[in-house]
Amino acid sequence: MALKRQTKEKAIKSTFLMIALSSIMVLALIMIFLFMEGLPIFRVYPVSKFLFGHLWYPTSDPPDFGIFPLLAGSLAVTAVSSAIAIPLGVMTAIYLAEIARPRMRQCVKPVVELLAALPSVVIGFFGMVIVAPFLQDIFDIATGLNLFNAAIMLAFMSVPTICSISEDAIYSVPGELREASLALGATHWETIVRVVLPASTSGISTGVILGMSRAIGETMVVLMVAGGAAMIPTSIFDPVRPMPASIAAEMAEAPFRGDHYYALFATGVVLFLFTMLFNIAADHIAEKHKQVGAATL
Amino acid sequence: MAHTGELAMTVETETTSLTADCLLAATCNLGRRKILQRVMFGVFRVASGVNGLALAVICAFLFYFGLPALSWEFLTAAPRNMMTEGGIFPCIVGTFLLSFGAMLVAFPLGVASAIYLNEYATNRRVVRIIRLGINNLAGVPSVVFGLFGLAFFVTFFHFGVSILSGILTLGMLILPVIIGTAEEALRQVPNTYREASLGLGATKWQTISRVVLPAAMSSMLTGAILGLSRAAGETAAIMFTASVFYTPRMPDSIFSSVMALPYHVYVLATAGTEIEKTRPLQYGTSLVLIALVLGMNLVAIWLRARLQKKR
Repeated sequence: MALKRQTKEKAIKSTFLMIALSSIMVLALIMIFLFMEGLPIFRVYPVSKFLFGHLWYPTSDPPDFGIFPLLAGSLAVTAVSSAIAIPLGVMTAIYLAEIARPRMRQCVKPVVELLAALPSVVIGFFGMVIVAPFLQDIFDIATGLNLFNAAIMLAFMSVPTICSISEDAIYSVPGELREASLALGATHWETIVRVVLPASTSGISTGVILGMSRAIGETMVVLMVAGGAAMIPTSIFDPVRPMPASIAAEMAEAPFRGDHYYALFATGVVLFLFTMLFNIAADHIAEKHKQVGAATL
Repeated sequence: MAHTGELAMTVETETTSLTADCLLAATCNLGRRKILQRVMFGVFRVASGVNGLALAVICAFLFYFGLPALSWEFLTAAPRNMMTEGGIFPCIVGTFLLSFGAMLVAFPLGVASAIYLNEYATNRRVVRIIRLGINNLAGVPSVVFGLFGLAFFVTFFHFGVSILSGILTLGMLILPVIIGTAEEALRQVPNTYREASLGLGATKWQTISRVVLPAAMSSMLTGAILGLSRAAGETAAIMFTASVFYTPRMPDSIFSSVMALPYHVYVLATAGTEIEKTRPLQYGTSLVLIALVLGMNLVAIWLRARLQKKR
């Protein structure tokens, strides 16, 4: 009887383990299938030309599959959006964790969460019909659908990620550290800058990296707002065509299992590797500098 | 002797004046430091206000332009005349089917994963690897999920562009959300519950299924709602796997393709025959979509606040 119960318990435990492994299995399947559908392009098009070629003309004859302009577009959009999102996100996090009264906190936190919940297509639509004409007017540029517009929209999508992770990190800085600093005569502001922020750097960097990873992988916004020109941007008002936009826009027209189809999957592989790199870096930082208590700082 | 005394005196006066100087400087400085603090706190307050402003502006615009487009007919009729007139009923149905289906796939998987991680796992190495997998899955861009769905479900399993492919793809996409919230819910169940149950002679599984899960269920539902809203607003993951430009038929099986709200917004706004003319339809569809998504999120936030108060 007891033995039977034990075997049953063991069976249940292994079942749960199998299910828990499903996330890893899905991740592995994603990798396998992306590579399977993406690698054939390198039979007809060399890897170096694919990564560093400056021409993306997938439908001309002979086609060119140089994704460098797309890569440059992705990186540029991510960089500009981070320049907006990092200060905004971290400052909001500091405000929420250190300055805001509980009641204010209860109001601002849901706002940030709702911002994170806005569907990307709606943000893209907003950027297209409202922000684009507005930018066109005030900066007197040819088109409002450009790198800058996409970066602003993306910034508001990565702010919630940066903010919530940074806030957790700041919040978990032990109270003794703050008290010690205040007791030495530092003002609240000095305590934040010289004690709390250094103590939570690892958490904040994790948030920043994950926010950037969200920005580089975001699709609908760059598809609708970035302008769609596959060229290397020279100013922030240039239209660009980041990798996700290219994949989403062209997949429907690409002939099934043709070179173009393979090239788009290979672009997906590059995108996937980028975000995976970001995520592993974030995970590494979070794990290495885990805050356990005042003693570890 | 007198010499040293003189010296001592000068030193003394110097120190006193120095202390006074320091004190004066410190108070001056304190004033300046306080002003700096006030200014910086003001900047932070503004920064967090910007988020609220962004949310408010987006919602206000969509309400202002979208409300006039809403009508009973808009919500219950199918698109007509090359999608330049009529309603969005098929899209609403499609979005409901896709998001609830994805939920049905992801909820059991996610809760079971969380149970393993929080209740059973003893090997830290295994937990770390699983966590890494979950975090990476959470970071995979939605368009890559779309590509995966196209290669795996649509092509490899021959499900075609269908509700089934879309549900499975979206299910994988929201899995990390469900796992995260389910784990949080399990963590909030006090250990005394488990100890009491085990102490009464219950097995681990009996403890989990009859004590821990019922106690954690309401918090898990919050996560389920969040997953549902995430799936409802997702576009890139379904554009190659489940949704189509336009279909005159309502879905009759899990193998039929559907129209969906987010994809409909995208199609109307970028690829329609008359983009300017269908602006009201675009605003209306966007409004319905954000009302759905934000509504679900508000319910989740409210539910969570209520649960926290109870504790």
